[in-house]
Amino acid sequence: MKHATIEKSIPLMGILTLLVVAIGGLVEIVPLFFIESTIETVEGMRPYTPLELRGRDIYIREGCYNCHSQMIRPFRDEAERYGHYSLAAESKYDHPFQWGSKRTGPDLARVGGKYSNLWHIEHMRAPRQMVPESVMPAYPWLEKTPLAYDDVAARMTALSRVGVPYAPEMIASAKDDLEAQANPGGKTDGLIGRYGQKVPTGDFDGKPGEITELDALVAYLQMLGTLVDFSSYQAQAR
Amino acid sequence: MSPGHGLTEQYDYEVIKKFAVMGVVYAVVGFLVGVLIASQLTWPDLNFGIAQLSFGRLRPLHTSAVIFAFGGSVLFATSYYVVQRTCKARLFSDFLSAVTFWGWNLVVVLVVITYPLGLTQGKEYAETIWPIDLLITVVWVAYLINFVGTLAKRKEPHIYVANWFYLAFIITVAMLHVVNNLAIPVNLTDSYPVFAGVRDAMVQWWYGHNAVGFFLTAAFLGLMYYFVPKQAERPVYSYRLSIVHFWALAFLYIWAGPHHLHYTALPDWASTLGMTFSLMLLLPSWGGMINGIMTLSGAWHKLRTDPILRFFVVSLSFYGMSTFEGPMMSIKSVNALSHYTDWTIGHVHSGALGWVAMVSFGALYHMIPRLWGTTIHSVGLINLHFWLSTIGVVIYITAMWISGIMQGLMWRAYDQFGNLTYSFAETVEAMHPYYLIRTLGGVVFLLGALVMVYNVVMTIRNAPAPTGLRTPQAARAAA
Repeated sequence: MKHATIEKSIPLMGILTLLVVAIGGLVEIVPLFFIESTIETVEGMRPYTPLELRGRDIYIREGCYNCHSQMIRPFRDEAERYGHYSLAAESKYDHPFQWGSKRTGPDLARVGGKYSNLWHIEHMRAPRQMVPESVMPAYPWLEKTPLAYDDVAARMTALSRVGVPYAPEMIASAKDDLEAQANPGGKTDGLIGRYGQKVPTGDFDGKPGEITELDALVAYLQMLGTLVDFSSYQAQAR
Repeated sequence: MSPGHGLTEQYDYEVIKKFAVMGVVYAVVGFLVGVLIASQLTWPDLNFGIAQLSFGRLRPLHTSAVIFAFGGSVLFATSYYVVQRTCKARLFSDFLSAVTFWGWNLVVVLVVITYPLGLTQGKEYAETIWPIDLLITVVWVAYLINFVGTLAKRKEPHIYVANWFYLAFIITVAMLHVVNNLAIPVNLTDSYPVFAGVRDAMVQWWYGHNAVGFFLTAAFLGLMYYFVPKQAERPVYSYRLSIVHFWALAFLYIWAGPHHLHYTALPDWASTLGMTFSLMLLLPSWGGMINGIMTLSGAWHKLRTDPILRFFVVSLSFYGMSTFEGPMMSIKSVNALSHYTDWTIGHVHSGALGWVAMVSFGALYHMIPRLWGTTIHSVGLINLHFWLSTIGVVIYITAMWISGIMQGLMWRAYDQFGNLTYSFAETVEAMHPYYLIRTLGGVVFLLGALVMVYNVVMTIRNAPAPTGLRTPQAARAAA
């Protein structure tokens, strides 16, 4: 076929273009849904608790991904700086993924448990008080804004529709679980029964009795990268 | 009746004029936000502790303002101009033209409102929340129908090469936008994407890299294929080369996305495919650059007197540079150093400022006097703009090369005892001088855009009044 034939026909030009631009994506994207080794089998992964989920929503709202990655590469220096390289399984419930593309600040994939709640509170209030060289904005509004969580069950329902394994009783007790995680002295048996022993509970924002956006964000940061038990994890050939 | 009068009746110039003016406006807005967030990285107190002004919310506003508001307006304006003139036909539908203009500007206004309020999907270059995504889809379908409809009315048997690129851009962006934004809404402002983790990452960078490949490259090559030959008054260098590099570019670009995900949890086979195709992409990219620059064969002397042509040649040179740098950065071992650093930011800006913005400025300076039936207010000011842009870009990308490579080397440096030499905080501190220099580069580039605003305003003010509104005196003077 002469190119002149294509050049004279809009349908031919349009359809050929669509075919040509569709191939690459099909080859690279579709197999990720079918090749089993794409996402490793690991112990310990669980969906976010309601409080962590709202914290993650705030992380996204503030655009933290513009400066922080959540993806540790398998290099010696990254292992020493941040910990074990990230697994695909660790973000399998992340809608959307937050791997990021830039490290103006450090990677946060395993920031959970690295600093105390108090450190995070001070750091969000005034980053340069804790790290003088930091260029991070201060986030003073987080501890002043009560957390909106009336719709947390609706959010979990939406996520369950796209494959996050929230059981019906997790959604039914979403608000109770959220309050139990953020209020010390609250009954945490149900929460732990549903999400496991390792769920960090406590007063994350330094304000007992209040549930603020800072509670949610710090709860999220404190669990990042802590779920998978690497003592039992064996890297598989991919 | 003058020949010019007949042309304005035959073609719809009104929608092009509106898009051209908004392109100039959004250039300034986008660059201004860029200078602000660059300043915030230099002096973090400029975040003021105010949520709506914080870096994390404004950075998406900067990227969307420059890519979709400025770049988008220039593409609407130039594609409507090119498709009408090369098809010798008026735009298909005045109604659809109006839908694209008002719809696209509504999208921009909604972006300016929602991003600072923290309403975002959290996907880079696709932060718009789901109702805005739907609006974009409607506008895009209107654009496709309007463009194809105009092509169908053409009085030439062949579709001109510039229109192949514009058509490929419209089709591909539609595909990318729809798939990448598939999401399940929670309420009017919030939603969760249907894909998660590694799959979401792959879809996002399939989209993200081809926003670069088709929005910022294929479409602007279409622009180049009309405006460079016109301004140089020479035919396109090689018709055969344009065919080969068009199909190669359209096929290869789509594969390049995974080079944004080297050494991540993306499977190695996908990452290797991404690198391989990124390397091959050098060939069609340089095919386009060579075809553009060689179009000046026999017209090189015009560079001495024509600053618009200078914009085109320097933009093509930056295109060649950044499409060499890109494949190089997609090599895994180079990417291991460059990824997550300012080198990427520098690379993007050598493409976005050096290529996209400068080829846009050239096209706007070519088009605006013709749209208003006048001559440019000042050629000297175009020349000033040209130098400010060039110097601004060079300052910007040099600063980012140094900071990016330095950052990458500092992160992986070990001392004699086998410990990491630098804490992360020390690497942040080391960036400060380069962030300052980068801000200065941005300011110089912004100054150039302000010179353009003045020149464009004076040009339009001095243009003869539209025929219908002419006073008897003006009509006599024109006759």
